[in-house]
Amino acid sequence: MADSFRISGAGRFSHAKTARFTFDDKPYSGIEGDTLASALLANGVHLVGRSFKYHRPRGILSAGAEEPNALVGIHRDAARKTPNVRATVQELYDGLTAVSQNRWPSLSFDVGAVNDVASPFFSAGFYYKTFMWPKAAWKSLYEPKIREAAGLGVSPDQPDPDHYSARFAHCEVLVLGGGAAGLAAALAAAESGVRVILVDEQAELGGALRFESAARIEGQDGWTWAQGIAARLKAMPNVRVLTRTTAFGYYAQNFVGLTERVTDHLSSPGMDQPRERLWQVRARRVVLATGAIERHMVFADNDRPGIMLASAARTYLNHYGVAVGRNVGVYTANDSAYAAALDLKKAGVNVAAIVDLRDNPSGDLIDQTRAAGIEIHGGRAVVSVGGKLRISSMTVQPRTGGKNQRTIPVDALLMSAGWTPSVHLFSQSRGKVAFNEQVKRFLPGTYAQDCISIGGCNGTDELSTCMDEAYAAGLKAAKDAGGKTAKAAKPKVEADEVWSRGMLGAAPGAEAGTTVKAFVDFQNDVTAKDIRQAVHEGMRSIEHVKRFTTNGMATDQGKTSNMHGLAIAADELSRAIPEVGLTTFRAPYTPVTFGSIVGHARGSLFDPTRRTAMHDWAERNGAAFEDVGQWKRAWYFPRAGEDMHAAVNRECVTVRKTAGLFDASTLGKIEVVGPDAAAFMELLYTNPWQKLDPGRCRYGLMLREDGFIYDDGVVGRLAADRFHVTTTTGGAARVMNHMEDYLQTEFPHLKVWLTSTSEQWAVIAVQGPKSRDIIAPLVEGIDISDAAMPHMSVREGKICGVPTRLFRMSFSGERGFEVNVPADYGETVWEALWAEGQKHGACAYGTEAMHILRAEKGYIIVGQDTDGTVTVNDAGIDWAIGRKKTDFVGIRGMKRPDLVAPGRKQLVGLKTKDPKVVLEEGAQIVADPNQPVPMTMIGHVTSSYWSENCGRSIALALVAGGRDRMGETLHVPMPDRTIEVEVTGTVFFDEKGEHLNG
Amino acid sequence: MLLIRCPYCEEERPELEFRNAGEAHVARPADIAAISDEDFEAFFFIRSNPKGIIYERWRHIHGCARFFNAVRDTVSDKFVMTYKAGEPKPKKLPGVAK
Repeated sequence: MADSFRISGAGRFSHAKTARFTFDDKPYSGIEGDTLASALLANGVHLVGRSFKYHRPRGILSAGAEEPNALVGIHRDAARKTPNVRATVQELYDGLTAVSQNRWPSLSFDVGAVNDVASPFFSAGFYYKTFMWPKAAWKSLYEPKIREAAGLGVSPDQPDPDHYSARFAHCEVLVLGGGAAGLAAALAAAESGVRVILVDEQAELGGALRFESAARIEGQDGWTWAQGIAARLKAMPNVRVLTRTTAFGYYAQNFVGLTERVTDHLSSPGMDQPRERLWQVRARRVVLATGAIERHMVFADNDRPGIMLASAARTYLNHYGVAVGRNVGVYTANDSAYAAALDLKKAGVNVAAIVDLRDNPSGDLIDQTRAAGIEIHGGRAVVSVGGKLRISSMTVQPRTGGKNQRTIPVDALLMSAGWTPSVHLFSQSRGKVAFNEQVKRFLPGTYAQDCISIGGCNGTDELSTCMDEAYAAGLKAAKDAGGKTAKAAKPKVEADEVWSRGMLGAAPGAEAGTTVKAFVDFQNDVTAKDIRQAVHEGMRSIEHVKRFTTNGMATDQGKTSNMHGLAIAADELSRAIPEVGLTTFRAPYTPVTFGSIVGHARGSLFDPTRRTAMHDWAERNGAAFEDVGQWKRAWYFPRAGEDMHAAVNRECVTVRKTAGLFDASTLGKIEVVGPDAAAFMELLYTNPWQKLDPGRCRYGLMLREDGFIYDDGVVGRLAADRFHVTTTTGGAARVMNHMEDYLQTEFPHLKVWLTSTSEQWAVIAVQGPKSRDIIAPLVEGIDISDAAMPHMSVREGKICGVPTRLFRMSFSGERGFEVNVPADYGETVWEALWAEGQKHGACAYGTEAMHILRAEKGYIIVGQDTDGTVTVNDAGIDWAIGRKKTDFVGIRGMKRPDLVAPGRKQLVGLKTKDPKVVLEEGAQIVADPNQPVPMTMIGHVTSSYWSENCGRSIALALVAGGRDRMGETLHVPMPDRTIEVEVTGTVFFDEKGEHLNG
Repeated sequence: MLLIRCPYCEEERPELEFRNAGEAHVARPADIAAISDEDFEAFFFIRSNPKGIIYERWRHIHGCARFFNAVRDTVSDKFVMTYKAGEPKPKKLPGVAK
């Protein structure tokens, strides 16, 4: 559009630079300081989107965060495509690309608009009622199709290339909202010397002073005063001013979440700048100065482009210097719209007429309006409008009805049904709102936290009262938080705007019984009729009405619609508004990006990655890794031409033939030290420890108090008062917590100290018949002969010149050692052992081979063969219980009736009848494969592998009464076949255990 | 995020540093091996789960690592007070009506 709606001399950016932008590929120009909305309006563009459900053409309703209609996509590049951006808050920058949403093929001609014609079928609850059958079609057909048709923007299909940062902050006084009240409160608090953070969502501080042209404070117009105070605050060392920052969530104990938009307004953001910054602020006192939001009038076709809030039109004029039309009408039940009409008139815009629902509007503002020559139609209502893609006329009739209709041509219609205090954050703080019958508003009632509401959000209308209240609140907050008495004087208000009254609910022409589309919630396409229908269908509480109609459930959270919806429901129920209730406000106040919440915690920073000291060696030697908790563990070491199966088979065979090296560093390690160390071990483990000689090891089994297996590991006694305890890799942290819990709270009399040493020791397992030969040349000061160092013993000495705790133990069933060295020496010692191993033909093996080797021996893995419901007896390891012990954790729990009852699932071995078939872990086991479905399942497979050493598949399983079923044939039904298995013992290889010394 | 006062560190720290550890003042019987099924049930499984004041165990796991006890209101989620492990259940609670 060539002609500009920019009014010369109006607005605050008249000397600003030009900013070029495109909307749906069409080039436009605006000026720096504009929002996308003001720039579009300056170009005469009102039609910016299509609605969610009916695909109705929509324009710009507001000039702020409450915008439900003007949602667009902002595209910076292929990866930076932000959907559902409110054009009213998106600041314009040179080169901005915006696209409209939810329309096809074009914004002005949208096929989906057929929904509007068919709308009688799409009323409240339509989706719930219609797409019920067949049930399966909901997921596959209905939901995807509905989502496609009734969508908002399209989410980007590439990873977000921007980064997002986060900060914590503390202050005595946090002021949320930088309008007149917020500024005064912040000033009072700041002058008291305490730390103050002042937050506002706009680019500049000033709030409603953006449009309130009549306000005069301290001899200046309101806006100029605000900029002066803002500059003063920014210069104070104890004040942090955050603009373009939204307080989105108010949590417990004055913990407030803020999101600061750092680069969304910049033409070319710096690479080092985060797009957004999340602030987590803890404040001693919070001052809520969040203002109020104007409501629209609920009448037929009130959503046509060109129809907007009166305060928005005023903001576009007074702040951005943009007229929203050339011949505007006004429809109001409230005084504030008159001020808008007056400002437009003064700027040379024709005001066709003011239609006021009130019979005899009166007061200074009305007198001034009349004096300016603007027609006022009191006691009348707008009952219909002309124009589809843009309003062209309004039809006016007496509010009481009758045929006396008059159609007035307009190109924009400003409306105001009054102001709703923004109690969102107050409500989030768990404060209880109270309905003020006199002004028909919900206002802060009972406070739950150390906060105070001031100004518009507290229902304070007059600017001078506002200023008194704000200043006093700022002083008190600072004082309560430990500040001194302030020096600064309270700002003096010389001129003010006073607005009164307003209305809630549907206007004449859209009352009960009518079928017009009078929108209550623009974003979710909810009409007054839908709300009434919800009541007729039995919804009584506003919570039900809300969910049935989706009123207030869009991303704008009903900032303009909640009160209207509530009033219509209350009217239909013939009940008072507070009886119907107000829904609770939830965070976030406005949508928050995932990026802002996630911050740096993505990709490799999402979760810590733990690597062992030998990780790099494994990587250099071609290991495939698997994730075990946060650890990266070498899974297997494929050689050229080997797949996983071949590599694992080779590793398993090599360990039993010669030897293998295995990185066991991830095992949890806890040092239990003190005069009562053995007594403590007695209580925490089922095994006896008092008589274990120093230098010897024992397999330790840990239960929970309920008698189920919790963890296990080999424990070495280094001295009378010192145990080297190992835990499972995954159990390290919880075992430490479990031990600390008992030591601190149940057995505090024991003199014991616990230290986690998991990361201090690198552990190299050398397993296999050649293991002793491999370590022998490197070990100093330890006699490693069988006689001096039998199986299950531990010695301290040196290896490769560095200190070691050398364990003779085995998780493979072969002769084996576990070499513990300080982690810093882990890789060096591994290299040395590897070089020795090479001489004997040893291999490096990974976790897969380790699992198979232990399964061949029937050694359980806690967490794989047990699942938190397996007892010691179930696992077949009763020998681990010290029979003479009178106490240990789990001693009573394991004797519970259900835990000693017959028929429990017991750990057994399974051999498939066809030795080549490998069972699936987790597969269910049945006794009779021919029984009807659902079959009685008697157990499941816990571990299953191909064992190259046995030349067949092997499996461990938990089977009901399993140990009494030896030799029995059971069945494992799979989707494609049923596998026959034979129940066996759990040891598949070297049943006599001769290899331990082999 | 709640602020919790660690009675050992003697200062308020953010909730992130702590971990809840269940109801407090549930003592493990000294003769646990000898108690009846009913007594074991009462000790191990039954918890008060009150609406209102609860006495519970917390651990300052990312701080001093000590277990301690806290009094919290389950309705408002507010901490009334905290005290060291082993100290008796407080008879009077600050700011809580009987």
